[in-house]
Amino acid sequence: MATASTTAGYARAELHGGPAVKFTDVAIGFDEGEVLRGISFEVAERETLVLLGETGTGKTLTLKLAAGLLRPTAGRVEVLGENVSGMSERELLAFRRKIGFVFQEGALFDSMTVEENVAYRLRQDQVPEAEIAPRVDEVLEFVEMSDTLDLLPSELSGGMRRRVSIARALVSRPEIVLYDSPTAGLDPVTSQTIITLILRLRDVYGVTSLLATHRLQDGFALANFRFDATEKSVVRIAKGEPSETATRFMVYRQIASDNGAAGADTDENDSYGNGIYFDGTPQEVMNSKDPYIKRFLT
Amino acid sequence: MKAEAQIPIRVVLMDAFRSFVLSVQDYSLLAWRSLTNVFSGPHYFSDTLTQMDDIGVGSLPIVLLAGFFIGAVLVLQTATQFVRFGQTALTGDAVSIALVRELGPTLTGLLVAGRCASGIASELGSMQVTEQVDAMRAMGTDPYRKLVTPRVVATLLMVPLLTALNDFVGLLGGCVAAMLSLRLGAVEFWTRAINALDFGDLMQGLTKPMVYGFILATVGCYKGLTVRGGTQGVGRATTQAVVVSSVMIIIADLFLTKFALYMSNKIF
Repeated sequence: MATASTTAGYARAELHGGPAVKFTDVAIGFDEGEVLRGISFEVAERETLVLLGETGTGKTLTLKLAAGLLRPTAGRVEVLGENVSGMSERELLAFRRKIGFVFQEGALFDSMTVEENVAYRLRQDQVPEAEIAPRVDEVLEFVEMSDTLDLLPSELSGGMRRRVSIARALVSRPEIVLYDSPTAGLDPVTSQTIITLILRLRDVYGVTSLLATHRLQDGFALANFRFDATEKSVVRIAKGEPSETATRFMVYRQIASDNGAAGADTDENDSYGNGIYFDGTPQEVMNSKDPYIKRFLT
Repeated sequence: MKAEAQIPIRVVLMDAFRSFVLSVQDYSLLAWRSLTNVFSGPHYFSDTLTQMDDIGVGSLPIVLLAGFFIGAVLVLQTATQFVRFGQTALTGDAVSIALVRELGPTLTGLLVAGRCASGIASELGSMQVTEQVDAMRAMGTDPYRKLVTPRVVATLLMVPLLTALNDFVGLLGGCVAAMLSLRLGAVEFWTRAINALDFGDLMQGLTKPMVYGFILATVGCYKGLTVRGGTQGVGRATTQAVVVSSVMIIIADLFLTKFALYMSNKIF
């Protein structure tokens, strides 16, 4: 049964009872060959899934499949209980309103101001102008960018663009937010600001998060810290502290087709794709002796 | 070191053919959707008006300037032949028919293709490589409705209007050249020029630019939305948009002319 609660004045995402995201034996390929194959996983509601992998292993593709921006060549993608891979483009356009997508470089519309970017979806939905202004103010305040309303994206720094992008994803009050390398190319201080925002979004709004990254420290920050809405600060999760939001790690790696084993020995006749190499808790990542996993730890 | 495997020429040709057929299919779908979207919502009127301003008003100076001088040159060139037969008065007829039927639409089409097909391809291409098109889809907006249809509608409406102005300014340029170099009177030139035209010529002169407008907008959008390879790809798409739309306009001109002449004989 759907439930909703509020924390510090913000409406939290509803619970539906099933997994928020479910991939069943998903594969996708292009002219160059298969990129992802045999991808099966579930993300529970309010859970955070950190997708790790080297560049080109299909992390972004997974997010785009979840958002219905790409169609799988095989398998089934379910989001909030609906079969995304079987929807028409028209159905998808309506469905995507439940999902927020933070693109790697922000993907802000460069001919629009910050206010127009953030209010874009609301105006598309023909929300009354009187309602748009307070909602835009609310989300821009959330990402601490209230004073940039009239600026163009070209006038913002990389970190500011990501924050506006998060505000834009947030304005329609999505139940799931997909982050594509949100800290890539940012300095450590700005990266920390972005991670804090993701924590706030997760813990205040109760959204399900999928985060693609090649930085393990981002994943551990999400696993080990939470945002305290009363204190308005990030605090470390104490050992044994009950938490509503769990964090899980999934590592992608290139696999060969002949035996399907990720990272197995390959020969020149094999065709290559990427698959899930590891799926586990932060503790399991830390304790892993696997040399490939260890590469992310160092 | 192992020698690289040789790919048979047949495979290369088949791949190229397959790729061409897929491109034609994708382009046809885009062109079809750009038109069918007009008959169902949501509509983006403000985007259409912006594009009309950019494509129509923005192209006006080059279209008028080129039209004036082409008209003048046309008079000078045709006059050299008519002078031999002592029929310089016919220049008004010749220039008028050439401009309205052929040169006005094609010249305007090519000029607007050079200016706008490249602009559309580079704008949409940049949006594509910076994931703005994906962002649009992720926020529940159909990029075909928001980006393609307004541009197609704007060119469909603006190119015929630009052509009409080009024809008029071309005749004005011809009139000035006729007055200065052939000592023809303005009234004589305009009377002959107007009387030389019939309804079929005007139909031909205004139907062609609609087709040209459709071609240049859809090719520009298609090249922009299928960009691959970052900023280099955007540059390549921009060039291809101009080349492909210009060639398509010239090829379409042949068939449209043949069709228009056939229809004009049948109907008018």
